[in-house]
Amino acid sequence: MALRAQTGPYFGDFGGRFVPESLIAALDELGEAYSLAKLDPAFAEELAELGRSYTGRPSIITEVPRFAAHAGGARIILKREDLNHTGSHKINNVLGQALLTKRIGKTRVIAETGAGQHGVATATAAALFDLDCTIYMGEVDTERQALNVARMRLLGAEVIAVTSGSRTLKDAINDAMRDWVTNVETTNYIFGTVAGPHPFPEMVRDFQKIIGEEARQQVLDLTGALPTAVAACVGGGSNAIGLFHAFLDDADVRIYGFEAGGEGAETPRHAATITKGRPGVLHGARSFMLQDEDGQTIESHSISAGLDYPGVGPEHSWLADIGRAEYRPVTDDEAMQALRLLTRTEGIIPAIESAHALAGALELARELGPDATILVNLSGRGDKDMDTAAKYFELYDEENAK
Amino acid sequence: MRTVAPVIARRNDEADGALIGYLPVGFPTLDESVEAAVALVENGVDILELGLPYSDPVMDGPVIQAATQQALANGFRLSHGFEAVRRITERVAAPVLIMTYWNPVVQYGVDRFADDLAAAGGAGLITPDLIPDEGADWIAASDRTGLDRVFLAAPTSTDPRLAQTIDASRGFVYAVSTMGITGARADLDEAARTLVGRLQAAGAEASCVGVGISTAAQVAEVLGYAQGAIVGSALVRALAEGGVQAAGSLAAELARGTRSE
Ligand SMILES: Cc1ncc(COP(=O)(O)O)c(C=O)c1O
Repeated sequence: MALRAQTGPYFGDFGGRFVPESLIAALDELGEAYSLAKLDPAFAEELAELGRSYTGRPSIITEVPRFAAHAGGARIILKREDLNHTGSHKINNVLGQALLTKRIGKTRVIAETGAGQHGVATATAAALFDLDCTIYMGEVDTERQALNVARMRLLGAEVIAVTSGSRTLKDAINDAMRDWVTNVETTNYIFGTVAGPHPFPEMVRDFQKIIGEEARQQVLDLTGALPTAVAACVGGGSNAIGLFHAFLDDADVRIYGFEAGGEGAETPRHAATITKGRPGVLHGARSFMLQDEDGQTIESHSISAGLDYPGVGPEHSWLADIGRAEYRPVTDDEAMQALRLLTRTEGIIPAIESAHALAGALELARELGPDATILVNLSGRGDKDMDTAAKYFELYDEENAK
Repeated sequence: MRTVAPVIARRNDEADGALIGYLPVGFPTLDESVEAAVALVENGVDILELGLPYSDPVMDGPVIQAATQQALANGFRLSHGFEAVRRITERVAAPVLIMTYWNPVVQYGVDRFADDLAAAGGAGLITPDLIPDEGADWIAASDRTGLDRVFLAAPTSTDPRLAQTIDASRGFVYAVSTMGITGARADLDEAARTLVGRLQAAGAEASCVGVGISTAAQVAEVLGYAQGAIVGSALVRALAEGGVQAAGSLAAELARGTRSE
């Protein structure tokens, strides 16, 4: 079977629905609504039209030779999801799920968010479709992504700072699930990545796979060939699977996911889930995760809020398991250096999440040599990260620095 | 093996039904959690439900979250769960079920977990985030060891799912009273009565209602239609605020709800 034909609930040994029975009816309802929508050309057309006239699809590709020159001269091409409305790939998935919310007749949406990009996208769709909206965000992340908190509130969403556990993305997911269990009659959970219980990994992937479908053709048009390698950062894995999916059955195209190595994958402070974790059950699915001997989730660490997650989507665990994709860690510092390098050489400020993929691409370029073409998913733009970057590179004037 | 069905049957003969009390292992300390569990039984709790603290407890409300987070911060290990079961069953006759999220069992090894729980004198497992569809390993291990397995039923469960849950469960079916997470509630949902009625119509031998029960009056109300009433957050709060003594007193008060005048 073609790798691209794989659907949930299981990707190899990974996936499933490890959730309270109270959520099964809602997951079934969503899964059925999605199955029907998939067969309905009107749904596809409505989504495509939103892509064209709201998100700005297709997003362009940009070749970055001045950046690539720093790694031996391979061709590096960026897929510009940063240019989407709201500033990242997250909007692709949110518009699909918001349309489904309308179809199942629910009036309120909830979402978790790490970097705030999924929260902003969800709040945006809620404004557009006139839905009530509550966003759960770890308290640590509300501080490091304060700009996005303000954006969500301006868009009319209620933002709840989650104070339990590690106060980051994983705890925001826990609280969003608790809200959903309680309010499932009126509320749809717009999950932000390809993790979680079935049908989310499959459905979110399907809404994101347009990234790779467009980029595959765009690279063919530009270079006359498929890329040597494709690369993306991996938090839960939605931008990565969105890029990878179109290439899964192109056996000659190498696939690389870059995880957050934090202070180093050999230290305890990282979010390199596939590199350093082992299979377990978290947030409704069996997949790789960071955990101790007793199966307690270990808190992850990354300078990038969007990658600061101790789990990963089951399809990535499967692709790693069968050897189709390779996952590697990139440290905080490597990502920040790549962020600055792209900014200085090409005038494009990437999100810190995406900068992990850029650092990975530099590494690949050195390995694969000057004849290689590397397609990188630039999943988001860096506006939200200016405070972190300014502190990291000491860009604030002394008296303004806190 | 000390399983729960005989106790539920006996309590429905001699009173209105069974009182099931929940406490997390290791809160506020391992020793005090054992003492508190013993005190619950001495004050009229018929079956114990011991929760294993877990890092990502999606079914739990703030009271239980706070208690289990403290237990984890104090160094809770899975081995403490078996130790607590052993120490409690040595002192009181009530059956002890473990309530655990699924990943700790997977990591310990499903068969090894079942063997060690049975060896410690435990009655079985309540699994809030494991549905029968995903439970083949545990169903096999509990069949082999004779342990009870309690799956959850929700007001939104369809008839075919209720039938599957009844079929997969042994001991009782945990009827989730309301849509929501653990925590005391002033009003119990009519949803609980309807759900238990549906479970009985579908052939469930015993349904016990949990989530939101905190007073003797609510216990009495629930035992009017179900075979057992499960109290969690209210007991944890009593233990947190007034220690073992307060948890015992609340248990005695709740136990009055098992006998209608
Ligand atoms: C720009 C950007 N890239 C990547 C991610 C990571 O998510 P995923 O791995 O699902 O693409 C985020 C998440 O917030 C993000 O904002």
